Amino acid sequence: MTTLVLSCLLVAIGLYGVLTRRDLVAILASVEVMLGGSSLLLVAYAAAGHAAPAGQGYALIVLAVGAAEAAIGIALLVALVRRGRTKIDEITEVRG
Amino acid sequence: MNALAQAPYVAVLVPLALAGLLAAGVRVWGRASAWIALAGPLTMLAVGVASLGGGASGSVTWLRAGTSALRVGYDADPLAALMLLVVGTVAACVMVYSIGYMHGEKGFVRYYALLSLFTAAMAVLVMAADLITLFVGWELVGTCSFLLIGFWYDRPQAAEAARKAFLVTRIGDAAMLLGMAVLWNATGTLELSAVFAKVPALAPGVAAAAALLLLAGAVGKSAQFPLHIWLPDAMEGPTPVSALIHAATMVASGVFLVARVWPLFAAAPAAREVALVLGVITALGAAGAALGQTDIKKVLAYSTISQLGFMFAALGVGAWQVAMFHLVTHAAFKALLFLAAGSVIHGSGTQELALMGGLRKRMPVTAAVWIAGAVSLAGVFPAAGFFSKDAIVTTVLHTAPWAGVALLLGGALTACYAARTTRLAFFGAERGETHAHESPLTMTGPLVVLAVAALGLGAAAAGISTVLGAEPESLSLVVAALALGFAAVGGVIGWITAGAPTGATASRPVWLAFSRAAHSGWGVDGAVMRFVVAPFTAAARFTDAMGDRLLIDGLAEGVASLTSRLGALMTDIQNGDGQWYSSLMVTGVVLLVAAVVWLVR
Repeated sequence: MTTLVLSCLLVAIGLYGVLTRRDLVAILASVEVMLGGSSLLLVAYAAAGHAAPAGQGYALIVLAVGAAEAAIGIALLVALVRRGRTKIDEITEVRG
Repeated sequence: MNALAQAPYVAVLVPLALAGLLAAGVRVWGRASAWIALAGPLTMLAVGVASLGGGASGSVTWLRAGTSALRVGYDADPLAALMLLVVGTVAACVMVYSIGYMHGEKGFVRYYALLSLFTAAMAVLVMAADLITLFVGWELVGTCSFLLIGFWYDRPQAAEAARKAFLVTRIGDAAMLLGMAVLWNATGTLELSAVFAKVPALAPGVAAAAALLLLAGAVGKSAQFPLHIWLPDAMEGPTPVSALIHAATMVASGVFLVARVWPLFAAAPAAREVALVLGVITALGAAGAALGQTDIKKVLAYSTISQLGFMFAALGVGAWQVAMFHLVTHAAFKALLFLAAGSVIHGSGTQELALMGGLRKRMPVTAAVWIAGAVSLAGVFPAAGFFSKDAIVTTVLHTAPWAGVALLLGGALTACYAARTTRLAFFGAERGETHAHESPLTMTGPLVVLAVAALGLGAAAAGISTVLGAEPESLSLVVAALALGFAAVGGVIGWITAGAPTGATASRPVWLAFSRAAHSGWGVDGAVMRFVVAPFTAAARFTDAMGDRLLIDGLAEGVASLTSRLGALMTDIQNGDGQWYSSLMVTGVVLLVAAVVWLVR
């Protein structure tokens, strides 16, 4: 129960960060927090014997996805910084 | 020769092939094109001579729809053969003449290609055994007329005149097409022989409707009142074209059409009545208008309209053979007059009568043949025009005395303008500044040939009647004397007024108003502009404003602006801000989850 509440808190905090921070680095960090929250839940359930060993396996996949996400995200970030933009509300090219 | 009578369609195929050949090598042929094209009319002449006693006919099924079939075919009967002779002769003369007249023109080969196409189309028209083929030829000669009036297409007046001729004749053609539809509906066939076989069984109303509609086509083509307004404008084309198409052959094809479908008109007295009235109005009105013209070609244009009116009057009293006889003599003397006028224009460089005068000294051959043509036109014994016009007046007097008297008066007017024009152009003092010169042999040669025909064709009267299967008219001495008397009075008046100094007559207001009215063709053109074209334009403007701009454009643009406004609302949501998108997404997910939880509960 504690881990459930904790992981929900982590996801909520990360989501808040994603939605409110203007700085791209901070948003990427917030996404990592959300990923951490979901991994925690998977591991905790597996430890409690509900879905072992699939829970651990999924947690590992989330780690890999998080790494890939960070790599792509940071690559995009570097490209944007080179064009002098580091704030998300400066990027509105997809406006309809 | 017999082989030609068996295969009369070569009169179509040869000029058509030559037209194609010339058109394919516009840059190649040069002056040789005239001699190449000449083979077309010569073939027509040969076919015409060979089939004067009746040539071969044949037909094929063109379209089949259910139980009815549309057959097209040719029939070289004596009437067609006579027309082939007329067209072939005039076309050959015009082609030789044009070598001189069109010398050095930019579109020389194009000109001959079009003339060839025209002769082919004319052969289709006269040899048609059914109304469909006839209509094809009919429209083709109209197209050639359009293309040749607009030969100098970079001159705005020429382009305008070509358009006008095309549109005005199209009114008649539309009616003609309707007439064919009426016949098809009533008889189930458009083959002339089959239609004629069923004419006695037609209801009088149907026969009258079909005949009237076909007559409307003839009225448009033959420039009869009120569809005559295109012909004076058509003088913008080269003069030999006016001689061939707008005097001798195409404009006469309206008369030919009525003669061709005569059994139908025999069953439709109402249509004959209309033809008579229109013919008399046209004969008188156009002869009067010819008096007021200052341009030598316009005089001849109104003269042609007037002479065609004589033919329509003859058709109106049932004497189609007489009308055809006048068609033949008219083709000779009017082609001659036009070509002589062309020679005058070629030599003196002007079309204005006021700038001519005294040309008989400088252009003796042209003056001599012009006088031959004018004498024939005025109906002086023993020129050809005397016999044919006299035959018309005699038959019309016999059936409808009032119309006969009107035609006698028309004859006087004809002699009047013929004498006036002759004196203005060839006699008196020289008024032009240019040094006129006689035309080359290629031009004077055909003129002499036509002059012989214009003077001598009267001898062929009996022959033509026999070929067409009619009893030769015997001349009535009384009528002949009357006609000659009227012509003499008219001629003398025309001669004297032409000699009077212009200031003396122009100072009288009544005379001035009269000559102005005559010059404008009695204002028919203006009336048509005001009462037909202007209301039509206004109606078009109205439908454009109300129907097109307000309704159609309104609907289309309304729908477009509605979508774009809705779209504008939507674009506010899509502001390109990633966090805004994410927020919407999260809201959506939360709502979905909430809904699932709520429903599953």
